[in-house]
Amino acid sequence: MSDINANVLATEAAETIEDLAESASGLFNDVDRDRVVRYGSYLAMALVFVSLVGMAVGLDGRQILFWINPDVYVNHPDGQGLSLGDVALWMWPLLLGWAATNEVVLEGMQARVRGVSDLVTGFLVGALGGLGISFLTFLMSVDREINPENGVPAYGARDPLVNWNEQLYIMLTFNRGWTFALWAWPLLAGLLAMVGASFRVMSDPIRKAITAALISVLSVSVFQFLVDDLLEGVGETIADPGRISNFFESDPSLGRPRVDSAFDPLIDFLYAKTGGLRLEGVILVAVVAAALSLVASYLVRGRVKQARQAYFDRPLAERTRSSALLMVGVALALLIVPFFTGSIINELLANVGIFLLLALGLNIVVGLAGILDLGYVAFFAVGGYTTAVLTSAGRGESWPSWVPLLVDEGEPVVGGWLIALVLVMVFAGLTGLLIGAPVIRMRGDYLAIVTLGFGEIIRLLFLSDWLKGYFGGAQGITNIEGADFGPIGTVTGVEPRSVFYLVAVFAAIAIYVSWRLERSRLGRAWMAIREDESVAEAMGINTVNMKLMAFVVGAVLASFAGAIFSAKVGSIFPTSFLILVSIIILVVVIVGGMGNIMGVIAGSLVLIGVLGGPKQPGLLQEFSEYKLLIYGVLLVWMMLQRPEGLVPNVRRSRELHQEEFLQDAWLKGEVDTDDEGDDVATEVAPA
Amino acid sequence: MSERILDIQNLSVTFGGLHALKDLNFHVDEGEIVGVIGPNGAGKTTFFNMISGMVTPTSGDILFEGESLIGLDPNQVTQRGISRTFQNVRLFANMTILENVMVSQHCRTKQGVWGALFNTPAFKKEEAEIRAHAEKVLGFFGTRLIGYRLEQPASVLSYANRRRLEIARAMATSPRLLLLDEPVAGMNPKESAELTGLIGKLRSEWGFTIVMIEHDMNVVRDVSDRVVCLDHGETLAQGSFDEVSNDPEVIEAYLGRPLEKQK
Repeated sequence: MSDINANVLATEAAETIEDLAESASGLFNDVDRDRVVRYGSYLAMALVFVSLVGMAVGLDGRQILFWINPDVYVNHPDGQGLSLGDVALWMWPLLLGWAATNEVVLEGMQARVRGVSDLVTGFLVGALGGLGISFLTFLMSVDREINPENGVPAYGARDPLVNWNEQLYIMLTFNRGWTFALWAWPLLAGLLAMVGASFRVMSDPIRKAITAALISVLSVSVFQFLVDDLLEGVGETIADPGRISNFFESDPSLGRPRVDSAFDPLIDFLYAKTGGLRLEGVILVAVVAAALSLVASYLVRGRVKQARQAYFDRPLAERTRSSALLMVGVALALLIVPFFTGSIINELLANVGIFLLLALGLNIVVGLAGILDLGYVAFFAVGGYTTAVLTSAGRGESWPSWVPLLVDEGEPVVGGWLIALVLVMVFAGLTGLLIGAPVIRMRGDYLAIVTLGFGEIIRLLFLSDWLKGYFGGAQGITNIEGADFGPIGTVTGVEPRSVFYLVAVFAAIAIYVSWRLERSRLGRAWMAIREDESVAEAMGINTVNMKLMAFVVGAVLASFAGAIFSAKVGSIFPTSFLILVSIIILVVVIVGGMGNIMGVIAGSLVLIGVLGGPKQPGLLQEFSEYKLLIYGVLLVWMMLQRPEGLVPNVRRSRELHQEEFLQDAWLKGEVDTDDEGDDVATEVAPA
Repeated sequence: MSERILDIQNLSVTFGGLHALKDLNFHVDEGEIVGVIGPNGAGKTTFFNMISGMVTPTSGDILFEGESLIGLDPNQVTQRGISRTFQNVRLFANMTILENVMVSQHCRTKQGVWGALFNTPAFKKEEAEIRAHAEKVLGFFGTRLIGYRLEQPASVLSYANRRRLEIARAMATSPRLLLLDEPVAGMNPKESAELTGLIGKLRSEWGFTIVMIEHDMNVVRDVSDRVVCLDHGETLAQGSFDEVSNDPEVIEAYLGRPLEKQK
């Protein structure tokens, strides 16, 4: 009896296993193995790289959200939530799981039905990537030796690999030893990648809702400082409207009695005292974002597209007018923001403004005229030093007495900065001519290299012992007075809000200048030069003069930024004008969208505001160590995926995507075909 | 005989050891249409490049309205009143059709930074004039390049229309002498016949003197007053179309030497 039973059971079991294997092999047959291996290796490389570069451990100190609230369980033994370091690791499986299941759907072809095989692909990619970390922890455990005397572990490979240390080991093994990591990482990464891949399987509104929730939670937690600051400022104003009246007198964040903000309960609900979103905050933000997104997808569905189409069907003049209106609206909104934010955010905005001013100037040179200037910082330096020499009692002693010093017994002269500004413009223009005249005859790469050299020459001149009596050498010039505008107030670095408004005025001037020049005879000539320099010359454009003019206009705009910079910081040194500044401004222009003013604004907000300038901290201060790494990665990625920038210039993206553009135009019937004489005369515009 | 607008004397240019042009003597009279023919590599385009200042001759002189053009930059040559088109259409592909024609009036206009920034009355007036002139020039080609096309990028144009736009762009510089480098290349017979008519109008209505490089012998025959044949940088023959086309040396250059003569 029992034998037969056992036999039946055995056969049944065997059959079940066979069935399972069959369906499993069916699943695996749908999976593109090459793709899994490729993306899995990308993932492994990314994870190991992020770990070894120190990002994971370095950012681990910043808790961004909790799933076990710290005010309930103090020092919970397990990880209480997610740190920025965790996010730096966990985002990769999510992203690559999503990327690995991407499929290009060609026009007129049926898209494959998404299903379980996508999830399997995602999981396999993640698991393969996770093995990268497993292997890393295994290697670390082999190298790990515990000092028998004090029990402190030491690592042999620590010497070349700075971040090969106990902290990384603990983080990657969840403090449970490498055998745990061996299976935990492939599983965790696999699941995450599967989640990433599942975005392909979901229906549209659900995917949007989940994405909205994810992004909102991430940004509300990562940008806690900004949200906190804004809510507090607005809340305090609601609680005490009288605050508005004395805004111009002093910075409310300095020595002002703190008013209980109307939003204090909300802030306490969202964020933990130690920083980071509380669990309830996470749920609140996610639910609100998802709900809004769902409402939007069901109510708005299709209408955005319609509105967009309707907008583009309008005549060009009308569109220009409405985008100008939009720009004014955004500008006004930006002008109000500093009223509600504390000095740190205002400082950040002031930095964004200075770099925006620089980027707008470079945009004329690179974006409009197509001159790749890698030494742009030179004009920033000339502006800064000229202002310093004219408005600092601490300038070098070698200056003859007829060089005016616009300082009155340790106090800035009213309007002195404006007088200095006129001279700054003159000197920057002259420097532009002086550098430009020999350089501008060159084209392309040669020009880029020579400008690079000139940028360094200017900095080295300011640094040199030879001119130490004038510019102070490495000690620079200190005690630069702020810009005193008499009754309106004084702009100094102590009050970032005032700097912000000064910068805003000049950014507005720069935007106006770029906007006018682009639509003039000069702008057309620059465009023609960018398109084909020899033909432009043959069509009667004096290319040397025109390029020189772009160079000088750019130089003057950069010198404005320099003048504001030195009034703001109060002291300048040659190290403020490293070649890195040129490169970062160029990256801002490229990432934002070359040749487009809105793009440049977006670029400086995103890069300088969030990541920070060459020396200026951004919103993500934790990232300052990896700022250049991120800049570089971003630049490479942009060049590969979206060379026209975040907010592209129509013309520029046409240049870069000529073929796609022509295909689109052909589909819309806008490309004309070679005609057959007379019937063209009756040709009318396509409706 | 009317006034000589272009006079080329003993013009030579060598690239390395290669004589691209050798002792070329050539002249164009005011109001003439001259066709330049010759097999591939004969030096026709080099000849144009030299007149328009893109290549500096090794020796010889180019006189335009009695003044030498040697040493002038291409933009200065255009300023003097010589404009050209290119054999391999070189439009500003991503600028609109209107902009292509507006930008080539650069050397005839003068508003600078100041006018652009403050939108002065003079600036507005000049912009309006530039635009009006551009539309007038584009209107020369019928409805092909105007209307909704004005705001379209040049890259969407058909090949024939690109050729037309190139001519329009050259016309907009208000030249006295127009150099057309293979204006009908790539056009079908109907289109080239139409363009032949337009080339005639360029002289009769716009008063341009024209030098034209062309391979299409029908066009050359229909429109040229005089034909010059170049080969290996040397002038083989000059004169009326019939004279040149019956010249044994020209036939030889195009078709090759009969077998018995080769010894």
